[in-house]
Amino acid sequence: MGKLERLAINDEGFIFDPETGNSYTVNKTGLFIIKFLKEGKSEEEIVKALSEKFDVSEEDARRDLVDFMEQLRLYGLLEGENV
Amino acid sequence: MKEAYEKPVILKLKTGMMNKFGSSPAYIRKIRKEIDGVPVEELVEKFGSPLFVFSEKKLRQKFREVKNAFTLRYPNVEFSWSYKTNYLDAICAVLHQEGETAEVVSEFEYEKARRLGVPGNQIIYNGPYKPYDSLVTAVKEGARINIDHFEEIADLEKVADELGVKPRVGIRLNMDTGIHPQWSRFGFNLESGQALDAVKRIASGGKLELVGLHCHIGTFILDPHAYEVEVRKLVNFAYTVEDQFGFKIDYLDIGGGFPSKNRLKGIYLPPEVAVPSVDEFAERVCSALLSSLRPGDYPKLILESGRAIVDEAGYLITTVHAAKRLPSGLKAYVLDAGVNILFTAFWYKFNIEIDREVYGTSEPCVLYGPLCMNIDVVDDLTYLPPLPRGTRLILSPVGAYNVTQWMQFIRYRPAVVLIGENGEVDLIREAEDLTDIVRREKLPERLKLEW
Repeated sequence: MGKLERLAINDEGFIFDPETGNSYTVNKTGLFIIKFLKEGKSEEEIVKALSEKFDVSEEDARRDLVDFMEQLRLYGLLEGENV
Repeated sequence: MKEAYEKPVILKLKTGMMNKFGSSPAYIRKIRKEIDGVPVEELVEKFGSPLFVFSEKKLRQKFREVKNAFTLRYPNVEFSWSYKTNYLDAICAVLHQEGETAEVVSEFEYEKARRLGVPGNQIIYNGPYKPYDSLVTAVKEGARINIDHFEEIADLEKVADELGVKPRVGIRLNMDTGIHPQWSRFGFNLESGQALDAVKRIASGGKLELVGLHCHIGTFILDPHAYEVEVRKLVNFAYTVEDQFGFKIDYLDIGGGFPSKNRLKGIYLPPEVAVPSVDEFAERVCSALLSSLRPGDYPKLILESGRAIVDEAGYLITTVHAAKRLPSGLKAYVLDAGVNILFTAFWYKFNIEIDREVYGTSEPCVLYGPLCMNIDVVDDLTYLPPLPRGTRLILSPVGAYNVTQWMQFIRYRPAVVLIGENGEVDLIREAEDLTDIVRREKLPERLKLEW
């Protein structure tokens, strides 16, 4: 099981990491992405989903997704099959 | 109908961090869509980005504020525009229209003032390096010269002989006014007796008429009391000179150094709290004058205020070119304007406004300029919402020193516009191109390339 699957995440975007005790807040878009990452979706699928649900171009969504995954990696929340 | 988009952000929560002002930077966001009624986007479309924008309204308003503060308290005041702070023709012309004379510190600035139409006798010539030829011109044209060192006394005596006139001059003093650092490199020191020696030297030569005293205690002075000390010492010294040598001191030039509402790095309080009002400075200066001058004696008070007048009238529009994530996790933006045109970024933390509503939580970020140089940092830590590429940032105040100390380095210098009081937009300096840079270059014949 990957790191993301072990996180406790509520609907408001509050995230608790039981391993480190760290907590995080994530906005609506971030929560949307994390949900897809947990389901093991590919980056392209996520980009497509973002541009379908939100008012954003695929190009902008792709750029933001790269940055968001970079943030998750820096916080140590991406590992194993998600990397 | 698609939902409104917000860039994805995740923030780590930290406990135990207190914010005594109760307003977390995560929620502070300043939006500016126009400058003096002219849309930011319209300015950029027409003149490009980055772009310096000056507000004539603000400039005149700021000058009148400073002028009123002093003229209401003392009957004989002259304001002399410090050219080095901003010597763009249009800016100088606005201030000359308002009644300022010109304060210059080099032959170049002197020539620029003359070219603009300022008569020689409306120019004050300061500075440690005044080439001989420029002294000849200045004396011929009746400029007021404030002497910096003994060599200059000798130079001026030579000019007096050459022209057969007795120039009326001032001397620059430096003194302890209780502030640090104490500026001691310009003029003659008061406490050591050097200033009095200079007066003796001028009197014994008999070729110069000493009519003024000049002093400039420092820059961005936050303590009005220092000016009170300066004025009292100047008045005392003036009377010593008058009583012992028979000169009449017509003017006391107290220089400038008044701060603008800018935030110096390392100062915790916001400028609205840390920077005293101009009235406070005026009150200290004028009451010190009135209480130490002899009855009926009102020598001219000269002020060379630069930053306090022009800084807040200047804005810089810059565009977000790229966003990146540093290995530390910090967000970074690459802007199209850097320290090459924002010299004051080294000591100020600018006010940053965004040209549009951007949704999403603010996060800590660093603003880099466009130079391929590690020193090119516009702000090393600020809080901004996730900015899309192409967002314009409006930085202020940037009206003082930037358009004189800017460098042509790596990039061309951008255009400068002035927004008039009726909303008219005038280009007052064109953006540079290659011809500006290569105009003075010469390539020896033998080095011509044949590719």
